[in-house]
Amino acid sequence: MWVYIFKRILATIPVMGVVALFVFLMLRLSPGDPAAVIAGDYATAEDIVRIRQQLGLNEPIFVQFVSWVGQLLRGDLGISIFTNLPVTTLIAQRLEPTISLTLTTIVFTVVVAIPLGTIAAWKSGSLIDRFVMLFSVAGFSVPVFVLGYILIYIVSMQLQWLPVQGYRSLVNDGVWPFARHIILPTVTLSVIFIALIARMTRASVMEVLQEDYVRTARAKGQSEVKVLTRHALRNAAVPIVTVIGLGIALLIGGVVVTESVYNIPGLGRLVLDAVLKRDYPIIQGLILLFSFVYILINLLIDLSYTLFDPRIRY
Amino acid sequence: MTAPDDQDFAELSADAVLTRREDPHLVTLMWRHPSIFWGGLMLAVMVAIAIIVPYFTVDPVALNPVNRLKAPSMEVWFGTDFLGRDVFARVVYGGRVSLVVGIAVAVFAVVVGLIAGLVAGYLRAFDAVIMRVMDGLMAIPGILLAIALISLSGATLTTVIVAIMIPEVPRVVRLVRAVVLTVREEPYVEAAIAAGTRLPQLLVRHILPNTIAPLIVQATYICGAAMLTESILGFLGAGIPPEIPSWGNIMSEGRTYFQLTPWIIFYPGVALALTVLAVNFVGDGLRDTLDPRIARKM
Repeated sequence: MWVYIFKRILATIPVMGVVALFVFLMLRLSPGDPAAVIAGDYATAEDIVRIRQQLGLNEPIFVQFVSWVGQLLRGDLGISIFTNLPVTTLIAQRLEPTISLTLTTIVFTVVVAIPLGTIAAWKSGSLIDRFVMLFSVAGFSVPVFVLGYILIYIVSMQLQWLPVQGYRSLVNDGVWPFARHIILPTVTLSVIFIALIARMTRASVMEVLQEDYVRTARAKGQSEVKVLTRHALRNAAVPIVTVIGLGIALLIGGVVVTESVYNIPGLGRLVLDAVLKRDYPIIQGLILLFSFVYILINLLIDLSYTLFDPRIRY
Repeated sequence: MTAPDDQDFAELSADAVLTRREDPHLVTLMWRHPSIFWGGLMLAVMVAIAIIVPYFTVDPVALNPVNRLKAPSMEVWFGTDFLGRDVFARVVYGGRVSLVVGIAVAVFAVVVGLIAGLVAGYLRAFDAVIMRVMDGLMAIPGILLAIALISLSGATLTTVIVAIMIPEVPRVVRLVRAVVLTVREEPYVEAAIAAGTRLPQLLVRHILPNTIAPLIVQATYICGAAMLTESILGFLGAGIPPEIPSWGNIMSEGRTYFQLTPWIIFYPGVALALTVLAVNFVGDGLRDTLDPRIARKM
């Protein structure tokens, strides 16, 4: 088992390497002088020289890559061009709202999507099943921000139940203000994720419900609730958990949009502001961070399969 | 040696006959798969509107500051935006742009992914390299990647299409590679190799046809996803330049005045959602028709 875990961890290294190489080359291979691109339209010649120096663009490309990776391994993501602060500091400042939003979204999604998908599979072909299927197609068809604005329009502007925008910290502002501000962004961001996971839950529970042991459980008089939770859902867990992990990519994209709609000062806003100012070290750092988090979560999920299914032994 | 092969051929031709018999009139197909029918109908209506209606509307970029931010009425069906431009004209014209982006991304992603997938699946030497690159690409959040690419290369219709396409390629590669890996062990491929078929011909004539059905399904999903991504990029201000109205940048411009004039976001939003919904319905229907094995699972 330890050998497997070790091998699996080793296998993520080339993937991370490819991500790093890609992020590195993106700037160098883009048309034109990268320093001039970053400096923007109103830059003076000195600005361009300064940026070129700051990014080490005068060195041979291989030397640049090696020294850049060396920095990364020491946890140094470089210095922001506009604020002159280390990128890691900027990320740390914006981390909390993003983590809150993603965690509430994942919890809300799991709480809604898994029961929904299970019931749909249980009552396959019924009205509720059709509703879940329709919802899961529709969830993939509405852009996140349109959904956000519809919710703002109805809940905040017409009904005036919740604030329109903004963010309050759980630690500094207390539970109630935090909750009031996080509800709409969470619902907005969850919809596509719920669509994905409800669909996957339905599919894998439906498959498990065909199994002999489910029939046996029913035959011995097990209650339907227990059949669904203990027999069906438990055995359907691996594909569901896998999709939750893969869905993190969807979630990260959604975070950028949701933070923009609800004006939440998180990492998504940081990256958008950086794009508008062409602050490339920040963009680079955040793409790396998000990708590594995605790889790490999926690694952990892979390793967690034994918990969900004792038959899987490494 | 000939006996089992003959049997396989017999089975294969039996399959072929079956599919041909099921293939059939459009009407029966539509009846049996209502989601293709309704999705296709909705999509056809949207495409027709996008192609025809712009000839009859006012100029979507004509400024008319006196009539700015007008509510929807009989004269201006969808109201006007902050420069007095007719939102209806902009939405129907934007439909063209969004559909072009969706279709272009789907076609290019499939072509690039098909080539890379065929190579990875058939030529073992390239497999590891190509797949590691694809794994890496898949780990980068698509929207971020697209935003970064566009901000570096400047926003034009072409760069937006390329930037949306790149994150979609890995999925196609994986799909094609999976198909190739199963097909390459088939007796008819072995027979073709034994008969001295050259590699390009082998790939194109014997292996490629097997990828077509799953690729058509995948292409529809990519088309839908690409239109959504275009709108998100436009909305974030990193999409198609504002001179060309697209559903994304119409909504982006409507943002500032949302509390005052919510319809500027709603109309293109609804148009986009309906179009993507139609595309996804067609995709689901095609998947059920072309690949019943997966369909049963979903």
